[in-house]
Amino acid sequence: MSRIKEEKGFSDELIAFITEWKSKPGNLIMILHRVQQEFGYISRDSADTVALMLDIPLASIYGVLSFYHFFKLTKPGEHNIQVCLGTACYLKGGEGLVDEIKNLLGLELGGVTADGKYSLEGVRCVGCCGLAPVMTVSGEVFGKVTKDQLPGIISKFN
Amino acid sequence: MAFRNYILVCGGTACESSKADAIYEALMAECNAQGVSEEVQIVKTGCFGFCEQGPIVKILPEDSFYVQVKPEDAQELIAEHVVKGREVKRLLYSKDPVKRHAKVEDIKFYQKQYRIVLRNCGFIDPENIEEYIAREGYAALEKVLFSMSKEDVIEELKTAGLRGRGGAGFPTWMKWNFTKQAASEEKFIVCNADEGDPGAYMDRSTLEGDPHSVLEAMTIAGHTVGAQKGLIYIRAEYPLAIHRLEIAMKQAREYGLLGTDILGSGFDFDIEIRLGAGAFVCGEETALLASIEGRRGMPVPRPPFPAVKGLWGKPTVINNVETWANIPVIIIKGGDWFSQIGTQDSHGTKVFALTGKIRNSGLVEVPMGTTLREIIYDIGGGIAHDKAFKAVQTGGPSGGVITKDYLDTPIDFGSLSKLGSMMGSGGMIVMDEDDCIVDVVKFYLNFSVDESCGKCSPCRIGGRSLANLLEKITKGNGEMADIDRMREIGEAMKKASLCALGQTAPNPILSTLHYFRDEYLAHIIDKKCPAGKCKSLITYSINPEKCIGCTACARKCPVGAISGERRAVHKIDPAACIKCGVCFEVCKFGAVDVR
Ligand SMILES: Cc1cc2nc3c(=O)[nH]c(=O)nc-3n(C[C@H](O)[C@H](O)[C@H](O)COP(=O)(O)O)c2cc1C
Ligand code: SF4
Ligand code: SF4
Ligand code: FES
Repeated sequence: MSRIKEEKGFSDELIAFITEWKSKPGNLIMILHRVQQEFGYISRDSADTVALMLDIPLASIYGVLSFYHFFKLTKPGEHNIQVCLGTACYLKGGEGLVDEIKNLLGLELGGVTADGKYSLEGVRCVGCCGLAPVMTVSGEVFGKVTKDQLPGIISKFN
Repeated sequence: MAFRNYILVCGGTACESSKADAIYEALMAECNAQGVSEEVQIVKTGCFGFCEQGPIVKILPEDSFYVQVKPEDAQELIAEHVVKGREVKRLLYSKDPVKRHAKVEDIKFYQKQYRIVLRNCGFIDPENIEEYIAREGYAALEKVLFSMSKEDVIEELKTAGLRGRGGAGFPTWMKWNFTKQAASEEKFIVCNADEGDPGAYMDRSTLEGDPHSVLEAMTIAGHTVGAQKGLIYIRAEYPLAIHRLEIAMKQAREYGLLGTDILGSGFDFDIEIRLGAGAFVCGEETALLASIEGRRGMPVPRPPFPAVKGLWGKPTVINNVETWANIPVIIIKGGDWFSQIGTQDSHGTKVFALTGKIRNSGLVEVPMGTTLREIIYDIGGGIAHDKAFKAVQTGGPSGGVITKDYLDTPIDFGSLSKLGSMMGSGGMIVMDEDDCIVDVVKFYLNFSVDESCGKCSPCRIGGRSLANLLEKITKGNGEMADIDRMREIGEAMKKASLCALGQTAPNPILSTLHYFRDEYLAHIIDKKCPAGKCKSLITYSINPEKCIGCTACARKCPVGAISGERRAVHKIDPAACIKCGVCFEVCKFGAVDVR
């Protein structure tokens, strides 16, 4: 186990979590969530390590990873910007926010800025539809966002 | 000790995002600073439902309803309301600035509502089990454990006529009875909190505002059907709901309401959380069970139904959050009481997430049989910015639209499906004249295509073909034959898809082809988008009569498509224009035309 800590950077808590869940049926998704919580995404290396620790084939891990949208396979920016593209936000101009952020940061959906500071993703309904259009930056939620508020919101996280 | 004032601060996700946390802290600090912290209790509750006006602060016993409160207002609220006993008029809610309404019952948004599911949301601190207990919490569990037989419980649900709120409307008592009668050592109770409909947040608010009601109900089900383990499958996108559930489970265990030998009855039951991972199809019950088992969430054909052969092949009761939240009340007040509420076809209430182009967005709970007009106009306050109503969409990506001719239909499971829509989980999205029906339908279809698990070809291939046809039409390349083609593909998907995702994905198209045929024809024949949404079908131009040459549009145009000298009429080069609409937004003189 100490090799996993040193070489793969898995924290003690993460290793303890995996050990605890190892014997529980249906553990894989919960473990992958925990890995993503620690690293912000699930690298090839992390997936390998999980396969090793659970003694299951890597392919079955990628089968699950590719099915579920929530899991990220590439490293997000330091501040991940999520723009809601659920129905309520779509009607109230969520796409316009995406376009404006693309312009402001020179980013595509799913991309990361060159300095690794920001990444941009479209998500489905964060459950604040009453405040549409909604976006989040590093987990902080912003509601009733207008395009001219965007530079201010983004620079808050600089 | 009784407090002089109770201050309730909305701490639902929507309000957290409007900085309810900061308000809570500011109120605390002010109470200390002004020396009244001993006399005031401040409670962070779940969602009040009136999200449009959030963050909301309610002060008892006066029942003063303060809206859009900012942390800076804390000083005045404490100094005036608490210390001097004078309401802070400028923060009270009112549509009429002269006659400010102070009381909750005066607010139209709440008048036609009837709260069973949301009974505690906005009234209790969801992180404190004692507050739930004080409002008859866990009394139903006690009744079930000590003074009702298992058969009585099923009978009560049957009398109540409770039908599942997750979409399908299946009678809850039947499910429970199947599982109860199934012979098995091991059985499971599952709560479906996957809430995948993009534009709906009823379940989220219930879990954030009143998590114990779901835990209590699941425990009741466990006792009734003979299960010892419950699982809550919840979207990972709902961190606050997960956090509050974890607190609630911990407290329930400490109080002997969960775990071994519950309330000394000898009955053991515990609950565990399992996280979803952003796949809409996992809301479907067989896919959900596959996901809990740690696999890709692919539906399997039913029967066998989960009630008989579910999680790990064992009999499993699976119900939706809102269904669960109804159960403790039914046990306490009785099935007869519940069956009096609503319509012949559907008893009880339904929670809707009222969003889109509505003046008062928020969560509303109404008796079944309330009309759409009452929900949209009386509760919702009508269409925002006085635009014209166009349609309302219910049932999310599986539902259909309802037009103004049907606004007086009393809504229940039966009436909505008769109109070609469905109850669904409770998303209710209002569209106005600026929304293009074809564009919105394309949005839903793309959603369903993205979310198809790909297991069966009618859904995988049919959905893609429908999305492609819609794309073609909104690009201005549609032909009349496409209408029949879409109808044929849609009907085939309805019949041949394996699960309800594929079976219902064509609903938005089929229903709008029926009610909004003209709008499709405008796109196909005239190559026009009447609402001005579909970019390929519109052009931007500047009206020389109105343009005063302020240069605002030219400065903002991202591609430099606008030319013109200061104080002279400007002009858009159609070849360069990317139709971003910025010029339309910035022109203060209404000189930019969209056609
Ligand atoms: C594609 C699809 C998505 C669904 N999503 C949900 C959901 O998000 N939440 C939910 O409770 N039920 C959802 N359902 C319905 C469930 O399959 C199931 O009917 C429900 O959980 C049963 O609980 P109930 O009887 O209490 O409604 C979905 C069904 C389908 C076909
Ligand atoms: S209908 Fe669609 S989602 Fe359902 S099983 Fe078939 S492919 Fe999968
Ligand atoms: S719509 Fe956008 S690209 Fe076209 S002229 Fe206006 S600002 Fe420029
Ligand atoms: S649709 Fe954007 S928060 Fe629900």
